[in-house]
Amino acid sequence: MAQEQVKDFVPYSQKIPGTNFSYSMVAIKGGSFMMGSKSDEKNRKPDEGPSKEVNISPFWMGVYEVTHEQFGFFFRNDSLSQGSKVDAVTRPTPQYIDLSWNMGKEGGFPMNSMSVDAALMFCRWLYEQTGIFYRLPTEAEWEYACRSGSQTPYFFGDDASKLNDYAWYASNSNKKYQKVGQKKPNPWGLYDMLGNLSEWTMDQYSDKYFDSIKANNPMIPPLSRYPRSIRGGSYMDQADGLRSASRNHSQASWNKRDPQVPKSRWWLTDGMFVGFRIVRPLNQPSKEEAEKFYTLYLGK
Amino acid sequence: MDQNHKNSSRRDFVKHTGLVAGGLLAAPLLSRANYFSGADSTIKIALVGCGGRGTGAAMQALLTKQNVKLVAMADAFRNRLDACYTALNADDISETTGKPGNVKNKIDVPEERKFVGFDAYQKAIALADVVILTTPPGFRPIHFEEAVKQNKHIFMEKPVATDPAGIKRVLVAAEEAKKKKLNVVVGLQRHYQNSYRELYKHKDKIGDITSAQAWWNSDGVWVYQRKPEQTEMEYQMRNWYYFVWLCGDHITEQHIHNIDVINWFKGSYPVKAQGMGGREQRTGKEYGQIFDHHFVEFHYADGSILNSQCRHQKKTMSKVDELLVGTKGKIYTGAAHITDSKGKVIYQYDLKGENDPYQTEHDELFAAIAKGEYKFADAENGAKSTMTSILGRMATYSGEVVEWDKSINSGIDLQPKVYDWAAAPPVVPKPDGFYPCAIPGESNFV
Repeated sequence: MAQEQVKDFVPYSQKIPGTNFSYSMVAIKGGSFMMGSKSDEKNRKPDEGPSKEVNISPFWMGVYEVTHEQFGFFFRNDSLSQGSKVDAVTRPTPQYIDLSWNMGKEGGFPMNSMSVDAALMFCRWLYEQTGIFYRLPTEAEWEYACRSGSQTPYFFGDDASKLNDYAWYASNSNKKYQKVGQKKPNPWGLYDMLGNLSEWTMDQYSDKYFDSIKANNPMIPPLSRYPRSIRGGSYMDQADGLRSASRNHSQASWNKRDPQVPKSRWWLTDGMFVGFRIVRPLNQPSKEEAEKFYTLYLGK
Repeated sequence: MDQNHKNSSRRDFVKHTGLVAGGLLAAPLLSRANYFSGADSTIKIALVGCGGRGTGAAMQALLTKQNVKLVAMADAFRNRLDACYTALNADDISETTGKPGNVKNKIDVPEERKFVGFDAYQKAIALADVVILTTPPGFRPIHFEEAVKQNKHIFMEKPVATDPAGIKRVLVAAEEAKKKKLNVVVGLQRHYQNSYRELYKHKDKIGDITSAQAWWNSDGVWVYQRKPEQTEMEYQMRNWYYFVWLCGDHITEQHIHNIDVINWFKGSYPVKAQGMGGREQRTGKEYGQIFDHHFVEFHYADGSILNSQCRHQKKTMSKVDELLVGTKGKIYTGAAHITDSKGKVIYQYDLKGENDPYQTEHDELFAAIAKGEYKFADAENGAKSTMTSILGRMATYSGEVVEWDKSINSGIDLQPKVYDWAAAPPVVPKPDGFYPCAIPGESNFV
C-alpha cells in the first residue's frame, strides 16, 4: 500500500501494472500561506479576497496535467462498465463528438472536456488500481502549490510579460492546448499550473469563499454540479486570468451543445479548456474513509 | 382569426377546419396562422418520443419566451415516458439552464394525456398545436404524416426516415405542410448555429465549391443489453441504434449532420454515390446489423465530389467536422474560418458569439408560431439530406454505384408490416443469434 511503496515524502513515479501508464508526483510540504490576492493587485476581482492565512497539510501533486494517454487507460478500459449507475467505478460514456476539438491527443496533450465527476472518477479508479487514495486538489491546496511561496500575482513575480516562459495562454497558444511540460515549471516543480488547461478543484465555487472558509485545509463541500471552482486559467485566457489568485467556475453553458436532458454526467460540450491534475494527501484515509469520500461525491 | 374561432376550443377548431378545408387551401387554414396572436393564447405542445433527446427538446420548447404548455406525451415505453415527465417536472432545472427555477407550471400532462404504445402518437398529436417528434427515426414518416394531417406545427429530429419509401412519404407530407403553412423545423441544428450561418453568408469568398470532406468519426454510442423477458420487437425497440429499419445506420443517424452541411453550402444534392464500409470492431450480436465504418464519395451534378467518412471505432482518430474546398479558398466549419487558396485566413467567425443551436431552433420556431408567422419549411431539405445519407448507406452496403433517382424511387421499405410487441420485426436473428448484415458485392441495396 501507499506508505510502504513510498517510504519517504519525496517525488515519485507510479506505474499501473499491466499498462504503460505512469505518472509523476511531487511532494508538497505542509505550511501556511496568504491565500487570495492583495487588495491592490492589478486586475484583482472581488472574489479573490479578503486574503486570508490558510494552513495546508502535506500532499503530493501531479507534476503535469493528466494527459489523454493517461486518461485513456481508464476511459478505454473495456473491463469496466460504462456510465453505470450501480458500479462504484465506471467509465465515462462515449463522446458523441470529438471533444478534443482536433487540438491533439497523442504524445502528451492534456485531457480536456471532462466533467468534474469524470475527473474524480479517474481518481477513484486509480485508488482501486493502486490502493493509494487520490483526489482533486482543493482550491486552497491548488493555490498553495501554485504560489509555491510567492505572494506576487504570478509565482515568478508581477511581470506578465514573463508568462511566455511559464504558460500557454491567449497570447502564445494559437488557440489550442499544448503538450504538457514544455514550459518552465514553478519553483516547486509543477508544470503548466498557469494556463494550458484550467484545472478542476474539489470545491463548490463561492464568491464569498474567503468569508466562509476555516483556516485549516479549507474546502467548500461540493453539493451541486454548478458552480464548481476551476483554477489556473487556460490557453484561451488573457494574462490577468492566469494570476495565482484568479478564480473561475463551471456553469451550465459549458454543456450548451449537449441536446439531451439530463445533460451528460461525464462530458462538457463547451468546456474544452478544462482539465485536471491529481493530488494524494500524505495523511491517507482509511479504506472506509476513502470509500465514504468517493461515495459522497460520486455516489455508489 | 376571428373572435369566434379564438374562443372555440382547439378540438372544435380542428374539427371545424376539417369540415371546411377539404381542399386544404380554404380560408380557415390560412387565417389559422394568427391563431396564437392573442396574449392569452397558450401554445399547446405534444411530445412524441420521450428519450433523452425528446426530453431535451421538450425542455427547450418550454424554455422559449412564448406562452407554451406541454399537454400530452407519447412513447412506446412507459418507463421512458415517466423518466421524461420526472425530469421535466424537476423542482430545480439549474443543471440544464444554469439558473434557479423550473418549468413545472408549463407542464399539464395528467395521466389521461400520457399515451404509451405504438399508436400513442396519434392521440398525443390530436391534443396539441405544436408537436415534437423525437422517436427513433424509423417512425418519423408516419408521425410526420399524421402531424401534418392534423394541421400541427412541427419540430422533428433528424434523420426523418430510414428508407427511400419513408423519404417519399416525408416529401409528400412536406408539400402538404407548405400548402397548409405549417411551420416545420428539422433538428439539423447547424442551420440554427451562428457560426454556420455566418460562414454560409461568406461562402462566396471561396468561389465555386469543387470538393468537400465530411467526418463523423467517434467511439460510437450506447448499447442496450437484451433482457430475457423481452420479445424480439421490444429488444430491437430498446436497442434501436443497431437496427437499420429503426436507426438507418450511423451514417444516417449521426453523419447526416455533416453531409447536410455540404448539401446546404452546395445548394444541391448528390446524383450518385459509391463507397465502402463494414464491421471491424463492432461484430457482436449486441451490435445488430449496422456497420462501424462507411467511406463514401458523393457526386454532385456539377462534377464536384464530397468525400464522406464516418466511423464508430474505439481507439481510433475522432473527428467531427466539415471542409469545403472552392476555386478560391476553403471553409473550415469547425474552426469557423475561411482561408484563401494559400491557407491565409481571410474570414474568422468569433466563436465567442456561438449560440446554443438546439435552443435557437425552438426560440425561432415558437416565436414564429406566436406571431402567426409562417417561416420554416425544413422538411424537404431534411428529407433530401436524409436521402443523401441513405444513398451512402446503399452504396456501402451494396458495393455498387447507386444513383439518386433510382434509389429514391426504389420503393424500398424497411418498416414492419405490423406494429405489435408480439410481431416479428423486419429483421430477426439467425439461429446462431447474430443478425444478417450487409456484405458488399453480395447484398442488395438496403
